[in-house]
Amino acid sequence: MQQIINFIIRNKTFLLFLLLLSLSFTFTIQTHSYHKSKFINSANFLTGGVYNSVNNISEYLNLKTQNELLTEENKRLRTLLYNSTNNHDSIQLDSTLINSPYHFTTANIIKNTYSASTNILLLNKGTKDSIKEDFGVITTKGIVGIVDNTSKHFATIISILNTTSKISAQLKKTNHFGTLTWNGKSPYFSQLVDIPKIAPVKEGDTIITSGRSSIFPKGIPIGTIHDFKLDAAENYYEINIKLFNDMTNIEHVYIIENKDVPEITNLLKSSSSNE
Amino acid sequence: MNNVLYRNITRFVVLVLVQVLVLNQINFLGYINPYIYILFVFLYPVKNSRTLFILLSFVLGLCIDLFLDSGGIHAAACVTIAYIRPVVLKFCFGTVYEYQTIKFDNVEFGSKLMYITILTVIHHFILFSLEIFNISKIILILQKTLFSSIFTIILCILVTIIFSRKTK
Repeated sequence: MQQIINFIIRNKTFLLFLLLLSLSFTFTIQTHSYHKSKFINSANFLTGGVYNSVNNISEYLNLKTQNELLTEENKRLRTLLYNSTNNHDSIQLDSTLINSPYHFTTANIIKNTYSASTNILLLNKGTKDSIKEDFGVITTKGIVGIVDNTSKHFATIISILNTTSKISAQLKKTNHFGTLTWNGKSPYFSQLVDIPKIAPVKEGDTIITSGRSSIFPKGIPIGTIHDFKLDAAENYYEINIKLFNDMTNIEHVYIIENKDVPEITNLLKSSSSNE
Repeated sequence: MNNVLYRNITRFVVLVLVQVLVLNQINFLGYINPYIYILFVFLYPVKNSRTLFILLSFVLGLCIDLFLDSGGIHAAACVTIAYIRPVVLKFCFGTVYEYQTIKFDNVEFGSKLMYITILTVIHHFILFSLEIFNISKIILILQKTLFSSIFTIILCILVTIIFSRKTK
């Protein structure tokens, strides 16, 4: 016993080093597996507060471009509204609209990164605004990511510019679907894999979300096909997508809540347990 | 003694804030960021206890990780360079270090540059290896290490020159 204690005292620096190193490795490995970084994330009181106060100042700097984006969206929505075939002279009480499954919340990005290989964004809405894990996040132009951790006032998002992110996406023309991933290189391009060889892929085609994952509704724009090639086995396409969103400059986002998720997961669980 | 304590606390806080609020927004050429918060590790007094030093470096790295949502990559890199610092010190400064009279304000420029370079490159290599976490992307890791190291070293040298107090 004496010898063990002596050994520990003699090598205390080295042992401390090993302990701390393994601790940080644990944290690192946790972040590399999806939805496990519960402990070290910036959605806490201190870091969220610092980012929030800095963002209060810095959001003035790109007020103009953000305003332009919002005006553009207003224009688009107005065009949709006035060109819609519904007549506006009578008020419709449509109960299907009230029970629509998707619920939107606006939020601001207060921390944006795009240079690392696991990029995580921070939002100024949290559980107080009933934001929960696995909600989708989009801008007016396209998708941004999926909510990962939440605290009372803040939420972290796994950006689509994250090598661990996998989102179901499809061609707009046909229903061939694949997985949206990122290879960690350019923040303007994202990769779509597992599109079968039979799909009619052409440069410039639009890619949208497929609605298969119950996080995003179907039809949210992602980007256009920049170039494509067959993978090593020559069965699937690997497509380079030019994103509609400028991920380096995003501020106002919408959080999508799918109210049908509990029902869907229950159904899937019961059907998989029946097997 | 108190003076040294306060100076290190201030340095800790200022470096963390500058790192996460200013330097991580640079993204020069898309992905090159300097990481000058490791100046804290470089400039930490040699005489103090090693256990405390390693613990502080870990906390420093963990603070950066908290802000950047990067798990434990900065903590791992910081702890490593804190642990190997005595070896590098001995290698770069030789006998001056042996007698424990080293003052970073008035050492030779060449050995200071070597000291900073060795630690920075090791730190960045560990950092990017853990960040990318994929041995097949070793080229990308080395590329990021090289460019970010150059940026970090230049900034570190500049900062130490600007904030050095000549005690003649």
